[in-house]
Amino acid sequence: MAYTPQLKELMKKVEETRASRVGEEYPRMSPEERREVLQKFHPDYIEDGFREIKVGIDKGIRMTNEMADVFESYSRLRGVEIDFKAEPDYDVDVLIIGGGGAGASAALKAHEAGANVLLTTKLRFGDANTMMAQGGIQAADKENDTPAIHYLDVVGGGRLENIPELARALVMDAPLVIKWLEDLGTMFDKNEGGTMITSHGGGTSRKRMHAARDYTGAEIMRTLRDEVYNKGINVVEFSPAVEILLDQQGRAGGAVLYNLETEQYLMARAKTVIIATGGSGRLHYRGFPTSNHYGATADGLIIGYRAGAKTIYTDSIQYHPTGGAFPPQLLGLLVTEKTRGLGAQPLNINGEQFVYHLETRDVESSAIIRECEERSLGVPLPTGITAVWLDSPLIEKIHGEGTIERQLPAMLRQFQRFDVDIRKVPMLIYPTLHYQNGGLLIDDQAHTSVENLYVAGEAAGGIHGTNRLMGNSLLDILVFGRRAGMGAAAKSKEISAPEGLNLDHVASYHRELEEAEAADDRVGPILLPHYTHR
Amino acid sequence: MSETVKDTIKMVDIYIMGKRYTVPETLTIMDAMEYAGYQLKRGCGCRAGFCGACATVYRIAGDYELKVGLACQTKVEEGMYLAQIPFFPARKATYELEEIRPSVAHFAQLYPEVFRCLGCNSCTKVCPQDIDVMQYIAYLQRGDFARAADISFDCLMCGLCVSRCPVNIVHYNAALVARRLYSRYIAKPDAFLAERAKAIEACELDAEIDELVKADKEKLQELYNNREIEK
Repeated sequence: MAYTPQLKELMKKVEETRASRVGEEYPRMSPEERREVLQKFHPDYIEDGFREIKVGIDKGIRMTNEMADVFESYSRLRGVEIDFKAEPDYDVDVLIIGGGGAGASAALKAHEAGANVLLTTKLRFGDANTMMAQGGIQAADKENDTPAIHYLDVVGGGRLENIPELARALVMDAPLVIKWLEDLGTMFDKNEGGTMITSHGGGTSRKRMHAARDYTGAEIMRTLRDEVYNKGINVVEFSPAVEILLDQQGRAGGAVLYNLETEQYLMARAKTVIIATGGSGRLHYRGFPTSNHYGATADGLIIGYRAGAKTIYTDSIQYHPTGGAFPPQLLGLLVTEKTRGLGAQPLNINGEQFVYHLETRDVESSAIIRECEERSLGVPLPTGITAVWLDSPLIEKIHGEGTIERQLPAMLRQFQRFDVDIRKVPMLIYPTLHYQNGGLLIDDQAHTSVENLYVAGEAAGGIHGTNRLMGNSLLDILVFGRRAGMGAAAKSKEISAPEGLNLDHVASYHRELEEAEAADDRVGPILLPHYTHR
Repeated sequence: MSETVKDTIKMVDIYIMGKRYTVPETLTIMDAMEYAGYQLKRGCGCRAGFCGACATVYRIAGDYELKVGLACQTKVEEGMYLAQIPFFPARKATYELEEIRPSVAHFAQLYPEVFRCLGCNSCTKVCPQDIDVMQYIAYLQRGDFARAADISFDCLMCGLCVSRCPVNIVHYNAALVARRLYSRYIAKPDAFLAERAKAIEACELDAEIDELVKADKEKLQELYNNREIEK
């Protein structure tokens, strides 16, 4: 469905103002203005979307209703007989749950340290949000930049709510991660002399965004996956973990896996366990569309929580300012921040810019919601929703013809498939549910409050405070994936295989649920979203 | 989707693995399968055209030609007969990147079948990313890893090329080796990056960062608000 005649008519306003907007610098918001727009329009501040959960180690903590539904749920193993005396189906040093960038980097580092590793994942190895990250990965590896300057951007963007040690690990490991990827043969954008080509992202004070065209995450993921296979690491696909196993002392010692095809439960015993299951966008908080992968259903959060792992910032969700709004096939699809990084401006129905194009994601999203709701200056779409323009043709005006094809090939192709040429016409966008800022609480070695249980990637929380910057998630999954892999491998050498594995913690969680009458008949993790018969 | 749209939208008949379903014409193949009642396990990944999980083969009623597309990126059409390719048992050569170099000899040991290409161009015709697959196979035969890396870059590894190749070339895995060889050995390393990594490992940058880690929120806010921003 290309643009309708009505939309084409409205588009003329954008074309009329375009020439005057080239080189025009819209003012950034003051700290006071930022605070105001967040409090009035950011979904995190809208009270009726949240509730306090009634069970578990962090009882009383606030989270979105949709996430609370998953936390207040019965195990998939309720009523299932597990024979703990039988030989486990898998018996390894390090069990990694999740096959995205965090899981893959953990696997490589644990293997390198000499551990026997099993990586198990719900869908295919590499089916993860990592694969979809387009814009880039941050690291302070230029002469005018340092990890300390990067740190200030991270904590300032994170509303100063980041755990300092985690933010420190993030920025200090960043150049090491880029070097590691370079040595592994990752195809970064470079100039002839080998220097990485870097650019700005929302909230960066230096140009430190490294990219591989606009397939940055895909390029990193396919390189890491290739290397995992090269090293002969055991990978089991279509087998999500549905519960963590604990020993009699309450230490993690494996997981129960579920073969999605045969519908059998399998026991994996491990000396140490890493949860790397990613985020939860497919829970569709507040009914928002999502840019997330099909498998992003908070699996690791709930099984880690039942095992006793503490959480942080479960009420902080990132809405990416530029989700696709039209054509309808692209609803929720991420329009990479690189599009704004290259100069595309958000515009209202009159073709006027209403917010600086590179505010942090939370502020930019809130400003777009304000423009559509309070000011009623959004563009009405035939699908019944409103949106704003993102003036992509401006990119070619600023940087010259051919820039979009060179720098945004994925975006160009995705819109072209539905008859929209973003070199010639502006995009229609609205915020999309993008990232879970919080998660399970870790220390700077990626270890949780449960002994021998580690978490890396989007399932972990605290690194980004309550707002993550572009390019720090690809970084985070690799920094903490590597740390978790090294830590879990080292620990596995010090201890013997766990004995007396059990699911007593699940039984007691069930008792709490019943006492609080909290779960109805909900079962979690849900594993797959339900989109049938809508 | 809002009611107003539903009322005005045209419906089409499609055939999923031979069974007929009536679905709105605005849907992608993937959405249409879900609309029809499938809960997808295989053949569904990122839903945004990046992961290659949903390679689909289809034919339109009355037409002899077999077409392909990504289920999440292709709209349904009237009379579409479709089936997904959830898994393809393709071979992947294992190797140590540090022990090979961008040479035809090394490459030929990993993927000898690349040199059996018949030039039928089936791979290029089938590629949902419009990559000139046969051309990069030709570059690989010549040992031109830089060009092969460049033009294969947008590959999603969906496997459709492999499914059509008469001599069983595994194009996407061969291209991946080319990109890694190019990036490791032909593109120059970033000199300052190596220097910076060494400095971090030698703890030379610890003092500066530790001062910020210890700073209180007030101080950090002030530093943040007044930080210099590169143009």
